[in-house]
Amino acid sequence: MPKNASKVIVKASNLSASYGQHLLWRSASFSIYKGEFIGVLGPNGAGKTALLRLLLGLNRSFKGKLEVFGLPPRRGNPRIGYIPQRRPVDDEVRIEAAEFVRLGIHGSRWGFCLPRSAKGERGQALEALKLVDAADLAHRSLGKLSGGELQRVFLAQALVGKPELLLLDEPLANLDIRRETELVKLVSQVAASQHVAVMLIAHDINPLLPYVDRILYVVNGRIASGKLEEIVTTKGLTALYDAPVEVLRDSHGRVAVLGTEEAAHHE
Amino acid sequence: MSNAFSWNLWSDFLSMWQYDFIRHAFEAGTMVAVVAGVVGYFVVIRRLSFAAHALSHIGFAGAAGAVLINLNPIVGLLVFTSGGGAGMAVLGKRAASRDVQIGTVLAFMLGLGVLFISLYKGYATEAYSLLFGEILGISSGDVVVTLIAAVVTLLAVTLMYRRLLFTSLDEDVAEAKGVSVLGMNIAFMLLVALATSIAVQVVGVLLIFALMVTPAAIGERLSRQPLKGIGLAVMVALICTWFGLFISFYQPYPVSFFITSAVFSLYLIVRLIQLKGWTKRDTINLPISKNKYSQKTS
Repeated sequence: MPKNASKVIVKASNLSASYGQHLLWRSASFSIYKGEFIGVLGPNGAGKTALLRLLLGLNRSFKGKLEVFGLPPRRGNPRIGYIPQRRPVDDEVRIEAAEFVRLGIHGSRWGFCLPRSAKGERGQALEALKLVDAADLAHRSLGKLSGGELQRVFLAQALVGKPELLLLDEPLANLDIRRETELVKLVSQVAASQHVAVMLIAHDINPLLPYVDRILYVVNGRIASGKLEEIVTTKGLTALYDAPVEVLRDSHGRVAVLGTEEAAHHE
Repeated sequence: MSNAFSWNLWSDFLSMWQYDFIRHAFEAGTMVAVVAGVVGYFVVIRRLSFAAHALSHIGFAGAAGAVLINLNPIVGLLVFTSGGGAGMAVLGKRAASRDVQIGTVLAFMLGLGVLFISLYKGYATEAYSLLFGEILGISSGDVVVTLIAAVVTLLAVTLMYRRLLFTSLDEDVAEAKGVSVLGMNIAFMLLVALATSIAVQVVGVLLIFALMVTPAAIGERLSRQPLKGIGLAVMVALICTWFGLFISFYQPYPVSFFITSAVFSLYLIVRLIQLKGWTKRDTINLPISKNKYSQKTS
């Protein structure tokens, strides 16, 4: 049984999502519990991002039942922190990281920030940066940060509003193997210390292996949820893909999936 | 004006101030500089400088058309720039950064303006002042229009400040946080339209960059905090405008020339200083490869 089984934060039953006219996946039923670390896997275009957009209330074209914190999904939910899939930041952007993180607090409000509360906001932003081990980046320009540094700043911005659920869309893209591992470790530590549940979309399961509680596998118009050992197996994935797929494990416990389109990329 | 400077610049200024047209020029120039600095900052961080430049050309067609049918050119400017701005915003932020399409529309509008001007049998100076600005010809009525436009723009920016900044820097997250990105884009492009329309009086359609973009770019380069950047942008725009007006009182050359030269010199100085100081400290180390697998092959 997942930890904190009593505290369901996301509940989907018989959920279907489409993108325009195109049906992405259907009859998905899963729950996400407080403080869980969920890896969201699956091939390109399967509808992983669409799943996050549903939870954020950005995509309303779904059928079935979806509850986020017990309510229908709505845009601007302060209990959710979000890192969208990012393109690299233009190196001409001079705004400092602390100001960028600050936007996560009251960036969506109207009007100006009074000088008194501005000071408080900057304090909160610095706290959030400390939390992700990026206090030294506070006054650096966004455009001058490396891919790994940027992801930490994005993470700080997502955390600064004290969310209970983090939705991270491919935060590992554009990172080298060592930075991938570091970032996943950081996310997992912060999530544990702040009691935040995480849904992290990744292409490769391996960096997530030591930390992930459960996975959602989005493929072939369906979403399978469960423990890694239940889903990422030769039998499980062959059934999901409806094609011969083989899962190998090396002596470190790392996983290689052969026969899928992702495997081709890893050659 | 063929007088020369005296050694006492303040008394020079006071003698200048006796003329109505100089007072109007300083009043309108000051308001335009403030608005251009504020709005320009967002133009720069949104990477919309070419779109802003194009808007002023679209405005040229409107102004020339207004002159042709005996309206105040500012009316034509406002109508055309607002229409153009709203159009760009509705087509999306990506459309607003497509330079070929924007350039095509820009050229067409400039051509349309030329036609209107040639149909107008009045003075050729009208075209000249639209293209290059004629701040010394500003009437007290124009000053009032400028004041209203400036107040509206600044109030709107104050009201939308945080949302404007959020959507400028982080559109996707802002949208997820409940900000209407399209609404903000439309509102912002209307502000650019308003700012452009009044700035045309000072530097003209062709030189709009000098007030709307370069001072803001200087402000943005010199500060990593938005409010400070905006403050610096306003200061640069103000100093350059005042400097241009002051000098031109004694020189037979156009004000626009002095304003644009001052702005250009400041920009050059800032770039040169930063070239020396920055290359060593912050080397750019963003991942060059867009292929996310290329680094995992080890």
